[in-house]
Amino acid sequence: MLHAPGHALLIAPTGGGKTLAGFLPTLADACTGALGEGMHTLYVSPLKALTHDIARNLSRPVADLGLALRIEDRTGDTSAAKRARQRVDPPHVLLTTPESLALMLSYPEAPRIFAGLKRVVIDEIHALADSKRGDQLALGLSRLMTLAPGLRMAGLSATVENPSALAQFMGEADVVLADPGPPPDIAILPTTATPPWSGAGGAYAARDVLAAIRDARLTLVFINTRAQAELFFQALWAVNDENLPIGLHHGSLSRDARHKVESAMAQGALRAVVATGSLDLGLDWGDVDLVIQIGAPKNIKRLVQRIGRANHRFDTPSRARIVPANRFEVLECTAALQAVQAGELDGDGLPPVGGLDVLCQHILTLACAGPFDAEALFPEIRRAGPYAALTRAQFDDCLDFVATGGYALRAYDRWQRLMQRNGMWQLRDPRAARDIRMNIGTIVAPELLSVRRGPRGGAPLGEIEESFAASLSPGDTFLIGGQTVRYDRLRDMVVEVTPQPTREPKIAVFNGLKMATSTELSARVLALIGDRSAWTNLPDHTAEWLALQAEVATLPTPGTMTCESFLRGGRWYFALYSFAGRNANQTLGLLLTHRMEQSNLAPLGFVATDYALLIWSLDPVRDPAPLLDPHGLRDGIETWLAENAVMKRTFRAVATISGLLQRNLPGQRKSGKQATFSSDILYDTLRKFDPDHLLLRITKQESLRGLADFGRIEEMLRARPHIVHSLPPHVTPFAAPLMLEAGRIPIRGAGTERLLDEEAARMMAEAGLQLDDSRAKTGA
Amino acid sequence: MTATSFTFHGQHLVALPTGALHWPAQDALLVADLHLGKSERMARRGGALLPPYESQATLARLTTDLRITSTRRLIALGDTFDDDAAQDALGPLARATLDQITARHDCIWITGNHDPQAPGQTALTLNGLTLRHIAGNGPDISGHYHPKITLAGRRLPAFLIGTAHLILPAYGAYTGGLDADHPALATLIPDGCAITTGKRTRMVPLPLGSSLHKYPGGRARQRSGGNAPQ
Repeated sequence: MLHAPGHALLIAPTGGGKTLAGFLPTLADACTGALGEGMHTLYVSPLKALTHDIARNLSRPVADLGLALRIEDRTGDTSAAKRARQRVDPPHVLLTTPESLALMLSYPEAPRIFAGLKRVVIDEIHALADSKRGDQLALGLSRLMTLAPGLRMAGLSATVENPSALAQFMGEADVVLADPGPPPDIAILPTTATPPWSGAGGAYAARDVLAAIRDARLTLVFINTRAQAELFFQALWAVNDENLPIGLHHGSLSRDARHKVESAMAQGALRAVVATGSLDLGLDWGDVDLVIQIGAPKNIKRLVQRIGRANHRFDTPSRARIVPANRFEVLECTAALQAVQAGELDGDGLPPVGGLDVLCQHILTLACAGPFDAEALFPEIRRAGPYAALTRAQFDDCLDFVATGGYALRAYDRWQRLMQRNGMWQLRDPRAARDIRMNIGTIVAPELLSVRRGPRGGAPLGEIEESFAASLSPGDTFLIGGQTVRYDRLRDMVVEVTPQPTREPKIAVFNGLKMATSTELSARVLALIGDRSAWTNLPDHTAEWLALQAEVATLPTPGTMTCESFLRGGRWYFALYSFAGRNANQTLGLLLTHRMEQSNLAPLGFVATDYALLIWSLDPVRDPAPLLDPHGLRDGIETWLAENAVMKRTFRAVATISGLLQRNLPGQRKSGKQATFSSDILYDTLRKFDPDHLLLRITKQESLRGLADFGRIEEMLRARPHIVHSLPPHVTPFAAPLMLEAGRIPIRGAGTERLLDEEAARMMAEAGLQLDDSRAKTGA
Repeated sequence: MTATSFTFHGQHLVALPTGALHWPAQDALLVADLHLGKSERMARRGGALLPPYESQATLARLTTDLRITSTRRLIALGDTFDDDAAQDALGPLARATLDQITARHDCIWITGNHDPQAPGQTALTLNGLTLRHIAGNGPDISGHYHPKITLAGRRLPAFLIGTAHLILPAYGAYTGGLDADHPALATLIPDGCAITTGKRTRMVPLPLGSSLHKYPGGRARQRSGGNAPQ
């Protein structure tokens, strides 16, 4: 591989030393004095924590060999002064992320910086390929090929099912497969305490986890979200009587705090680190001999990659223990373990075609660097793997959108963003480059609001999604950071709450990443539930929990549509256990809420998981049969879809990435003043006046990617005509975890209008005011 | 269309769901902060190229309101244009709609901070009420702040009605807003009513949710029953 003439893709299990292999040609050049002028090697990784780690790991052999090789990293954490210096005097080896690479390509000096580039190493390429970050990286790599035609790329990936798709992502590359090593030793951690019905924190198992840490040399404890990591870390310390040195690491911590933990770990000063994804992916810290995963890892691929952290000696099996956070996850983890033993990985699929919104951003980025020729740019874009099938018409659409807005009403002839001068495209107003650079990146996070105790700067409790905050009324209680709080008000973009320790939460919130389970895993879970003889493999508490679900409602079985309706906190809930996968359930959610709106059941929202769909409404579903009737399911669905929050959320991301909306940067939203209007207004305006606009086409295409084909849904309903509906007196064991799911989709229909009426009437009554014939008197 | 009528300093007024205020005795429709030409101004300054349809959308809504209320007079309370240059840059469709409105109605343009050079006047007094862009010595009717109210989790543009001031929501399509409990607004209208806009109008007391927010124990705030704030 080292002397392969073209590009190479190395597939090896974690711990196989593949990162070092990627750098060997660079070290060889340094030894023979063949480094040349300027930057020799560019290393790109999905995580900034990895760049620090690689810098540390490389400096050792470099020092041992006495090589004059300058290695530096450059991420969002790098100081402005250092970044400026790197532009003038680049190091031999630069370690960076896809976003920082895009930013560097936007500078006029880019051709000079990269002119002598010989090697590009792309680490953890499997984590980037199937995403918009990957699209951005592929476009950047193609640009680099233009700036430095002789360069060679090496892609490094953990085990994947379809290596050729990854090679295609790189444009073209020879695939090199390494020995996969011995199978991992992986099991559920036995716990003394019983897991709760719902919840995601795993705090119940703190003592058992601590015992496991005590028995190991160095343990990595992975947990899915930052908030959960904080809480679990606290829970561990509360029982840490021996004061075992345990650290915390996640992306919200300051750079200094993260570096401190990273170096303490490298020096062997720690016994355990509680971490989120910021430490995930291929960190090469020799002494880790145990990985504990709190909460279901959601897909098998992720699980296997995470266990890879343990025991980075290639020839001994990795040891990992899973702690399910609730009883549903016991099922999921059991099923996932069966899958690992069966050697199954989740299907990787073929990477989808590159996002056109990402292409729009890329064109803007290049315009910041200087004038470009569209005729030369088009083949360069097509050289990027995800854009190999891009048509000239699509390219021209994107260029036109970036330059003029691409509107049917050609309103901006005088104020084009890009102008053509002497055949070359360039920024009309070079000052716009600053704003464009600020907007680089493809991660559009949901708007988060911080939650604080009491008015005026009380203790911070965590963050909730803005859309969730918007669903709260004063007096509503919800769970955050393990405690029940009452929503008081939203002020200066801070949610103010009062702790209500004794009250049961009316609404629960689970703030976290939405990770889809594979459909294979869903099928395994359903099979496990349906087979009572298999329950003996489950912990007693989980078998009892299944029995309880069977008692208060019905256990889902393959081939039926099992559903239940219950009342909780003034809302009716309809839970449907289809086990059909998240996309199918999301689609069913859209179709069924449409029917419910037409039947005046006043649906307020829904949430879909891989297993189930939960819809809440003001009036109950008493008979699900007409709701689930496949006949006429699509009637009038087009408008319903177009006006739905799923579409509007997608549009917001697309509009931000393509440069129509300026990204909200942290710290910009302090005041109660809403400087900008919502993207929903732009969406509605476009739909009304310019329905064929490029951004609407992209939005539709992407929304549909997250949905199942309607025909398949109708087929499923026809194939499963047997509907089992129960009316339990309260929330059921199965429904409890659903109420905590992230990714709720609000429905703006008659139900919302009714809520507004009720809320206004309640406030007027509380204030002792009365409206007569909708007339009120005020003033003198 | 559900509207809410109310009396402000002896004048019978009607708040429309679009954010316009109908004053039947004066045969007038009042609107504030149209911000016509906002997308054009952003483009001119090298920013994003927003869908250039908001002036058309705003003026179409205004035409409908004028037809429904069949008023003779239109009074715009300032910031009709997003900046002084925006007037000349209005697209042909929006321009035609605006010309049609001015031809059919007696229009009174009050200037605002965004369009100080626009033809018009800075204030006007009708039946003892001053109409101006930014609230001053009351009683007056004004705009400028783009007030919003959060009701059942939704942030809605709203009319704010206090003892001395009546403040209109922004009528323009691409406009942000300021929460009614922001100090700038709470000082002007510490106590009174708000009327939210949207699909229909709804009246709520100000300050918002006072019983919950001011008395964390949750006791309802005692008021003499049935009386509107004086």
